[in-house]
Amino acid sequence: METIKLTIDNKTVEVEKGTTVYQAAKKLGIDIPVLCYMDLGDLNIEHKPGGCRVCVVEVKGRKNLAPSCNTEATDGMEVRTNSMRVLNARKTVLELILSDHPADCLVCAKSGECELQDLSQRLGVREIPYQGEQSHYREDTSPSIIREIDKCIMCRRCEKMCNEVQTVGVLSAIHRGFESVVAPAFEMNLDHSVCTYCGQCVNVCPTGALTEVDNTPRLINDLANPRKTVIVQTAPAVRAALGEEFGMEAGTLVTGKMVASLRELGFDYVFDTDFAADLTIMEEGAELLDRLTKHLNGDQEVRMPILTSCCPAWVKFFEHHFPDMTDIPSTARSPQQMFGAVAKTYFAKKMNIKREDLVVVSVMPCVAKKYESTRDEFAVDGNPDVDYSVTTRELGKLIKQANMDFKSLPDEDFDKPLGESTGAGVIFGTTGGVIEAATRTAYELYTGKDLERISFEQLRGMEGLRKASVDFDGQEINIGIAHGLGNARKLLEEIREGKSMYHAIEIMACPGGCIGGGGQPYIHGNVDILKARQKAIYQEDDNKKIRKSHENPYIKELYEEFLGKPMGEKAHHLLHTHYFKRGRKVYID
Amino acid sequence: MSSVKVKLKEKDIARIREICKEHHNNEGELINVLQKTQLHFGYLPAEVQEVVAEELQVSLAKVYGVVTFYSFFTMIPKGEHPISICTGTACYVRGAEKVVDEFKKKLNINLGETTPDGKFSLTGLRCVGACGLAPVVLVGEKTYGRVSPDGVEDILKEYQ
Repeated sequence: METIKLTIDNKTVEVEKGTTVYQAAKKLGIDIPVLCYMDLGDLNIEHKPGGCRVCVVEVKGRKNLAPSCNTEATDGMEVRTNSMRVLNARKTVLELILSDHPADCLVCAKSGECELQDLSQRLGVREIPYQGEQSHYREDTSPSIIREIDKCIMCRRCEKMCNEVQTVGVLSAIHRGFESVVAPAFEMNLDHSVCTYCGQCVNVCPTGALTEVDNTPRLINDLANPRKTVIVQTAPAVRAALGEEFGMEAGTLVTGKMVASLRELGFDYVFDTDFAADLTIMEEGAELLDRLTKHLNGDQEVRMPILTSCCPAWVKFFEHHFPDMTDIPSTARSPQQMFGAVAKTYFAKKMNIKREDLVVVSVMPCVAKKYESTRDEFAVDGNPDVDYSVTTRELGKLIKQANMDFKSLPDEDFDKPLGESTGAGVIFGTTGGVIEAATRTAYELYTGKDLERISFEQLRGMEGLRKASVDFDGQEINIGIAHGLGNARKLLEEIREGKSMYHAIEIMACPGGCIGGGGQPYIHGNVDILKARQKAIYQEDDNKKIRKSHENPYIKELYEEFLGKPMGEKAHHLLHTHYFKRGRKVYID
Repeated sequence: MSSVKVKLKEKDIARIREICKEHHNNEGELINVLQKTQLHFGYLPAEVQEVVAEELQVSLAKVYGVVTFYSFFTMIPKGEHPISICTGTACYVRGAEKVVDEFKKKLNINLGETTPDGKFSLTGLRCVGACGLAPVVLVGEKTYGRVSPDGVEDILKEYQ
């Protein structure tokens, strides 16, 4: 490894050749402000377009100031990051950016989380001296994401996520100069495009240009309506991140406090999506075993590998990009939708509540779940199984609005029966978790033996693409795991080319899985937060007495009282779905 | 960018595919492919861009991004008599902007648009290398020098 030495603010530092000035300064503990730059370290995503010029520094012997994010450090270089010239230029750059940015911070959805706002504070901007033309662009609202492009600062982080990381290809910079904006092809609305609503663009947007659809006003309305029974389900990844909204350390499990806060908000029953995750394993596991057994018995007709289908962004992705392969994913609905279907049939009947008087709300780490709940196939006579979904962030805001001191809330338990879950249901929240949960159940059903070790360490981790094999009593089962849609695409292409070596593949659209979902508290580039959340999820699994989905007593009861058997007629009707060959052809106005 | 809707014929699609193939369906050749395609069709409607995106395996948004970035590309057919007004530095300081405004007013269209009867289209361009004649207007292949707003009507009359 070749190294070089340079001085930054009169301090000497030795770095690997190829390091940027920004990274070298970081090594010295010098925190140069950045705006368009983004570094998602362990996810191997670095974005350094050098477009905003906020990170400029003075380099001795160089006439112009240099953007530190994409200027390579060289041997003997002398850099100043805080000279008068630099500080003035940096402030002017920011003032110019602000001259074409709406100053409605008080009522902006991103207020308090906005990187542009933080930067204005930090650089001491107290007025916007440049009064010039402001660009205006119509607002675009989809089922999940709102684009308010007047607030776009052209950092192009969203493009990076959409095109390179997720390979969805919806967003691009269009036009030029002052006219340029980031938009879908032909400036169509997102809901006409091939957008999967994964929300990774929302996660990295530094301003309020991309935000989620806010369902909290609707929720407050329903909670206040005495004629409605309002129930809630909470996804596994929410409990591992919600605490961050209240300043708690990343990775703090807040399951009990979350339940207490939801009860306090006025939900009639507080249930758990983890219950439905156990149910998913019963159905998806049965399907996996069925296809696997046929395949191992030499059936040439059966399609392998089987792919998980819990993630709505992933589902929309393959419907658009791999319409020729819609028969490969499991037909099992996602836990959110299984919960809704069971709540509005089994639970409603049990409690003697009319379908139209029951409101099913979900709290999700995800913005695509909002879209998923609106899909026509998940409604009966126009009444959706899940009425709507709010994100972890929206729940955090609601708890604050309801003046609760979250940290001092008591720990409470979920209601029965739809609140009881196993450790297998919990780990759905992280990459590798769904397939591990499925493996626990499939192993025992396939071999007829009890697992000696319940944890499958080989399936865990944070690498974007992972493979592992599991020994099913002498039969090797090959498992693939992908998170991030770009990684998923690679596995899908292998299958298309007939080169896939896997029996089963788990796919989650977001880097890290649901813990890194588009509806989670903003991480502002700190990937360690995702790791802490992942650890919390596995900790919750370890804490559970029951860690295998098929041992959940309430799941057993549900099948005995209502569903019959996995993949049976009723289960098929309520818990399975079908996919659409959408393709990439778009609707052109 | 305004556009017109077209229904592509099989032979049009085949021609686009052929152009892409001449460039080895290479993503990096996007601009060249678009240039040749525009030469063939005269413009680049959305439907054409969709075929190019599919063939080169690039996102439609990216193709549209390139089409809207370069003023050379257009999504609407040029008029029978395409009018280009130079707004390069020399022409600009000699009053090209006023000439542009006069054409806009007389034809009732904006830059980048075509009159409803398909007769004239209006575009701005940067420097045709005849700065001595500034401001310069091109109608088809014919060059007009030292054009003033008053002269616009006479130019248009020649083509009516």
